[in-house]
Amino acid sequence: MMKKLALATSAFAMLAATPGLAQDVSVKLGVLNDRSGVYADLSGEGSVIAAQMAVEDFGAEEKGITVEIVSADHQNKPDVASNIARQWYSEEDVDAIFDVPTSSAALAVHEITREMDKIFMNSGAATSDLTGSACSPNTVHWTYDTWALANGTGGAMVEQGGDSWFFITADYAFGHALERDTTAFVEKSGGTVVGSVRHPFPGSDFSSFLLQAQASGAKVVGLANAGGDTINAVKQASEFGITQAGQSLAGLLVFLTDVHSLGLQTAQGLVLTESFYWDLNDQTREWSARFEEQAGDKPTMVQAGVYGSVLHYLKAVEATGTDETAAVMEWMKANPTDDPLFGQGEIREDGRKIHDMYLFRVKAPDQSEGPWDYYELLETIPADQAFRPLADGGCSLVEEAAAQ
Amino acid sequence: MFELLGIPPQALFGQLLLGLINGSFYAMLSLGLAVIFGLLNIINFTHGAQYMMGAFVTWMLLTYFGINYWAALILVPLIVGASGIVIERLMISRLYHLDHLYGLLLTFGLALIIQGLFRNQYGVSGIPYAAPELLQGGHNLGFMYLPNSRLWVIVASLVVCLGTWFMIEKTKLGAYLRAATENPTLVGAFGINVPRMITLTYGFGVGLAALAGVLAAPIYSVNPNMGEQLIIVVFAVVVIGGMGSILGAIITGFGLGLVEGLTRVFYPEGSAVVIFVIMAIVLLVKPAGLFGRTA
Repeated sequence: MMKKLALATSAFAMLAATPGLAQDVSVKLGVLNDRSGVYADLSGEGSVIAAQMAVEDFGAEEKGITVEIVSADHQNKPDVASNIARQWYSEEDVDAIFDVPTSSAALAVHEITREMDKIFMNSGAATSDLTGSACSPNTVHWTYDTWALANGTGGAMVEQGGDSWFFITADYAFGHALERDTTAFVEKSGGTVVGSVRHPFPGSDFSSFLLQAQASGAKVVGLANAGGDTINAVKQASEFGITQAGQSLAGLLVFLTDVHSLGLQTAQGLVLTESFYWDLNDQTREWSARFEEQAGDKPTMVQAGVYGSVLHYLKAVEATGTDETAAVMEWMKANPTDDPLFGQGEIREDGRKIHDMYLFRVKAPDQSEGPWDYYELLETIPADQAFRPLADGGCSLVEEAAAQ
Repeated sequence: MFELLGIPPQALFGQLLLGLINGSFYAMLSLGLAVIFGLLNIINFTHGAQYMMGAFVTWMLLTYFGINYWAALILVPLIVGASGIVIERLMISRLYHLDHLYGLLLTFGLALIIQGLFRNQYGVSGIPYAAPELLQGGHNLGFMYLPNSRLWVIVASLVVCLGTWFMIEKTKLGAYLRAATENPTLVGAFGINVPRMITLTYGFGVGLAALAGVLAAPIYSVNPNMGEQLIIVVFAVVVIGGMGSILGAIITGFGLGLVEGLTRVFYPEGSAVVIFVIMAIVLLVKPAGLFGRTA
């Protein structure tokens, strides 16, 4: 009895002491993304707004945590991204970097973060290598990845009879990873890949590549690109009668802002995978309405991911009372995640954040009931099936843990 | 079925046709640049932004005023051309006595400002612009499905290019223009208002860019970055054709569209650089460009 009482008292003392510890903590967060190029609408200024909302909703100030947010444009270039990251970490005392769309830029920031022993919480980039072959103890991959996209959209297309594929792939780390992961999925399900073409990033004219896809006779034309590239490819596929001639178009990574830009007339029927949609439940609707007031548009899953990751990071800072990398990372991985946008989840030891993913179909214009009413939910992919199994990624952290 | 260079001839015809369509855009844009450089000696880096403005004004006319695509083909070049005239009068005309570089820097800065303004207002994802009814659908040519909207681009571009070439090379007005570039003082002495002629020429060149923007609106999504991506390629086209050469701009425009189209088939990764490789070779072998005159 005495022992129990002592334990309870010390636990209470620790809890009571935590806010006191956190009082002196000040953290600096860097939101690094595309502010003017093809990914600026789906991340950009909206991600900074999402980060600020997380700080306000968390009540950092009342909890004694001073938070400063800085942001910059990496222009989708790995060299620019790594220069900014290095400067932020070494000269401006930034504790953690968020967002970073464009896989090549994200991989660059990932390496510098490991080298400088800081924290990188990615929500914008897709490559599954971040938590696979290139995994690092300093990175959390929050929103989605190429494996989850291949699993969602790829799986659904094969199920519907799309067993032969032709890829139109953006020629950089992201496109390659998405093509690789989707190919693995198609082949595992008994399908074949009849060909692929790699286009320069960013591109504007996709007619040549679409014609090659048409000539290949594949049942599914997989678009392993994103943002402006996907928009142009989908638009031109419709112009060249690809879908009318019987081939299906698989947008392997399509964001809400892409559908908004395409218009439902062109985008209708596209099947896509996302980890967040503003109209999922009351919580997402409430948050998205607040976001829209500030940003002007509904949020994408990337921006939602920035909100979720900043929130979890701040919880860790509050609980540990420090901005020290190892302690914060350990807390983030040891404790479940819970936020209004992604619900409950966890961060695995390879850095992969786990939550449900959703398979949507884009509505036809007459099904849409108002502005931004674009998606019809086809299927919820449960968290434990949505992402690559821990053992399959080839992450050295997992192997080390298993060896011990 | 026999194959040509590893791909079936039918697919090859399709790719050549697509190259021709892209070449139409290159030709129209480089034509405008060549006209402006040939007569004003200004390297108009704002050209891409003016092409983008053409597409946006087309969209605005439809959205805010209900003015359709066909009317836009006439109105947009006039509106954007007029904005060009204002820019020429207020800014560019003050630089004629300076080195080329100053004109280049001014127009480059203007392009960044215009793009930034549109980007802030409309975002980067682009806005849909539906093709008019007449241009929807297409023809099955046997080797490919040719959308009407693209067929129309080839026709429109050929008409505009040949018309411009005819006007500058074969008419009296064209003769005055060419004379004014050689010796403005002398032409002025004949009672011709040279500054006004130069202003109108700049407006005309800008109008050509805007017209290309109208043609692009239903094909590409209307977005603030559309000119930025194209302008570098178009500059290479002008350099290869010979700075200021009207015929050079037209022929290399179409020709390089074809070369790029073929590269997309045989080595897609190289399609973004093939034009610059050609530019480097041409500059080494014939520095004035294929159709350029050495001073």
